[in-house]
Amino acid sequence: MFSFSPDRSQYPQPGPDGKVEVDLETGKYLKLWHGPNHPGITGNMSVELTVCGDEVVEGKTHVGYLHRGFEKLMERRTFIQVFPIVCRVCVPEPDFNEYCYAAAVEELAGIEVPEMATWIRTLILEMGRFNSYMMAMGGISGALGLGVVGQWMTYTRDLMLDRFEELTGARIYHMFILPGGVRAHLPEGFEGRMEEVLSTAERYLADAEKLMFHSSVFKTRTQGVGYIDPALFERYGVTGPNARAGGVAKDVRKDSPYLVYDQLDFTVHTEEASDIYARTMVRFKDLHETIQLIRQILKKMPKEGPVMGNLPNVLHWKIPRGETYIKGESSRGEYGYYLVTDGTGYPRRINVRGPSYTHAMALLEHLISGTNISDVAALMVSLHTYPPEIER
Amino acid sequence: MSLRDVLSPFTAWKHVINDPVTIKDPFSREASDRYRGFHQNDMDKCIGCGSCEEICQNAAIDMVPVEGQNAGPGDSGLRPMIDYGRCCWCALCVDVCMTGSLTMSNEYTWVDSDPDAFRFVPGVDAKSWDLEPKGYQREDERRLTGTVRAPMGETCPEDRIGNFDEIVDGFTAEQAIIEADRCVECGLCVATCPAHMDIPDYISKVRDGDYEGGLQLLYETNPFSQACGRICTHKCETTCAAMHEGDAIAIRWLKRSITDSVPRERYFDLIQKPDVPETGQSVAIIGAGPAGLTTAYDLARKGHQVVVFEALDKPGGMMRYGIPEYRLPYHVLDHEISVIESMGVEIRCNMRVGQEISMDQLKTAYDAVVLSIGLHQGRSTRVPGSEKAEAAIDLLRRITAGEEVPVPEQVAVIGGGNVAMDIARSMARLQKIKHGKVGVTVTALEELDRFLADKEEIEEALEEGCDIFPARGPQEILVDGDTVTGLRTWKVDAIFDAEGRFAPKYDEDDEMVHPAGMVVEAIGQMADISLLGAELTEQLEWNRGRIMIDADGQTSEPWLWAAGDAVSGPDVIHAVADGHRVAVSISRMLTAKREALQ
Repeated sequence: MFSFSPDRSQYPQPGPDGKVEVDLETGKYLKLWHGPNHPGITGNMSVELTVCGDEVVEGKTHVGYLHRGFEKLMERRTFIQVFPIVCRVCVPEPDFNEYCYAAAVEELAGIEVPEMATWIRTLILEMGRFNSYMMAMGGISGALGLGVVGQWMTYTRDLMLDRFEELTGARIYHMFILPGGVRAHLPEGFEGRMEEVLSTAERYLADAEKLMFHSSVFKTRTQGVGYIDPALFERYGVTGPNARAGGVAKDVRKDSPYLVYDQLDFTVHTEEASDIYARTMVRFKDLHETIQLIRQILKKMPKEGPVMGNLPNVLHWKIPRGETYIKGESSRGEYGYYLVTDGTGYPRRINVRGPSYTHAMALLEHLISGTNISDVAALMVSLHTYPPEIER
Repeated sequence: MSLRDVLSPFTAWKHVINDPVTIKDPFSREASDRYRGFHQNDMDKCIGCGSCEEICQNAAIDMVPVEGQNAGPGDSGLRPMIDYGRCCWCALCVDVCMTGSLTMSNEYTWVDSDPDAFRFVPGVDAKSWDLEPKGYQREDERRLTGTVRAPMGETCPEDRIGNFDEIVDGFTAEQAIIEADRCVECGLCVATCPAHMDIPDYISKVRDGDYEGGLQLLYETNPFSQACGRICTHKCETTCAAMHEGDAIAIRWLKRSITDSVPRERYFDLIQKPDVPETGQSVAIIGAGPAGLTTAYDLARKGHQVVVFEALDKPGGMMRYGIPEYRLPYHVLDHEISVIESMGVEIRCNMRVGQEISMDQLKTAYDAVVLSIGLHQGRSTRVPGSEKAEAAIDLLRRITAGEEVPVPEQVAVIGGGNVAMDIARSMARLQKIKHGKVGVTVTALEELDRFLADKEEIEEALEEGCDIFPARGPQEILVDGDTVTGLRTWKVDAIFDAEGRFAPKYDEDDEMVHPAGMVVEAIGQMADISLLGAELTEQLEWNRGRIMIDADGQTSEPWLWAAGDAVSGPDVIHAVADGHRVAVSISRMLTAKREALQ
């Protein structure tokens, strides 16, 4: 006969070394798979939970569902042929891959990028950040049962995808930032249509703010939950909004400006609590910052000029021996490409540093112990990780 | 937790009267103007160069033969077939397209239950979006391959007119690499080159700086690579994929850059006779021009004994006695021929067949005979006074041989081909040396843009001070006693009649007299066939004044082959191709003969 005792004070019991001994034979524990098919944000990745009642004793992260061997594929392609692949490393914010790869190639091949192209690149990156944050906001609210915010955010993101489509010719994999520049100028009337999207987004964000940051349910579910001790940031390689929510005002755009960020005004927002609420709040403020950055870029950018520098014949493009690391501030933290060339027509090695790699594996395993099952989804989403960039 | 935190979420209810935001009908939505949808290919522009296939990182493109598209000069006849199961819509194929024929429509929805339907040839397999103007196109300024030819230095007109020094500098190593980098290795040039030289591969050797490897590649198909690097008619460049949206690759100059970059003495190490046994069979070749010497080079490398009979003082044929030194310096030609001689080829100069030795003697003493006598007799206009005219080809030969030629202050040239330019520019140089000024008039039937001469030749002639009168037909060479005084011409209204036959029509009212102390006819050449003798001439089959040959270059006589200008018209690279063809045929015959004896 089924019996249930709410008293779990006697287990799990730590052993002499402080670790919990999990013996499934005792019947006190249950293995529970969280994923791999989890709708929405956390993507194809799973966490193998060991639960005791509804409390998580430990969690093991399992990745590999999305492994397509991109870094290896890139070594088998010429420098121009790598260009269509890189965006696929990260689905929701592909443009960082395009930018980092292009910038790395340009540095090693000594190619100059026209000014106009650097402005358009910055615009593209901020548009990508907008989309990515929209997904994060939708994700976190969805994970906490606030489905309607998820719908609004997805809709607003869709409007931005329309702008991506008219600018780049594609909605998801833009393949727009070519080594040497970008593929095209802004279409006519783009600024006006972009402004419509931005003001619509602001309206929905104002509503979302009431449903999230002024909601007692949301606050209860997120404040004090998923706390990351700032002392762990360095050890676990925590960057971006996850670190800024713990009071670390680090942002690659400010600390080592690339593209035209040194010509733009923006604030790096921080919070102190380092919990799910703080992380969501940092993203929310950053999203507003991104909206004003897009406006600023469209206002400040030159109105004409070439968008493409001189490339050698790409069909037999060889790049001299060298290595470089190009980094930028993505919506999840520091994103980087390490490129090694050996004088041939193929990259010797490309390594992608996706922030999800550090956030979604070791850090998540560390944070997950002791949480409630119902908080696991919110915790994962609050770290804002994209599995494809873990498995390059 | 404040009361506000409890109440504010209810504000979402204000949206209850709004339409749902997440439903969109994808089938009625038009994609953006530059959307990357299904491909379109303009069949009038596509040349089948395959650059799209080359750049595709998914191997989604295959170049396939299609009905109605035939291979021809500058067109492979192949067209890209795209497999949409592999295509990732990156549009690099559109970006790299050499002619701008490949674009993408903004059509992206298509449902079909047959998976094979998604593999088709755009532009050939008709689709509803074929004429859709919207979709992705490459912006004009953006190219993935270079479009501008590397500059070539040459001596300025003032410095070159007083001498016969070579005028084209040749590429520096840096220029050569920049130029070689533009090649997309489509190979359309290989099909066009009469000798089918391995152009993309030797260009890639230039790119890699491997000039010695490049030289070996050149000699696999052309023992006159040094000459062709300077004076080839470069038909390859007229079919280059790069010419459609930029300058054609300077294939000829790149060839020269290889031959000039390898030290002379290294040629003999790099181009060695293969280790083949001597066959004991021998071949006589009449005429040491490019066709004869190419045949000799090939046959000697196969182990046959080869003797070349040359009527003139030095070997080289028309390359030496027709082409002026400022285009092809003699020391380059001498070196080229010495490489051929190093294969064991024996060249006997001043041996005019028909005088020093007869055709019959050759037929008896050798297993095969090759006739490569060139076109050394000038044609005449046969206008009144033309018996007093000089033949350009004669004059050029005499200038090369160092003979004294009369150099009047004013010379008129009849003809608009390369030979006309050669003699005009040679006479201009002699005038400059003798009189300190140039006085050359060139008249031709054609309009300037239809001249048979290369564009550069015309431009350089003008730069050097020659006057060119296009569309002028010669009527009379004016003579005062024994002295030529000028050329009388009429304006040409039409050169050909309605059936396309040569029948020039003149405007008699538009007459000009070009004063000249010498009139040179440069309207074409013919072969001097007197060496054959009456009996052989009778036995051979002829085709409109030329010896008839089969596809292997063999005449109607089983022991006699013919090659070069005399059968293919004036062109060095054609002569080289002829030489190879004849050598293969002779070698096959000799092998069969040897095997029959064993």
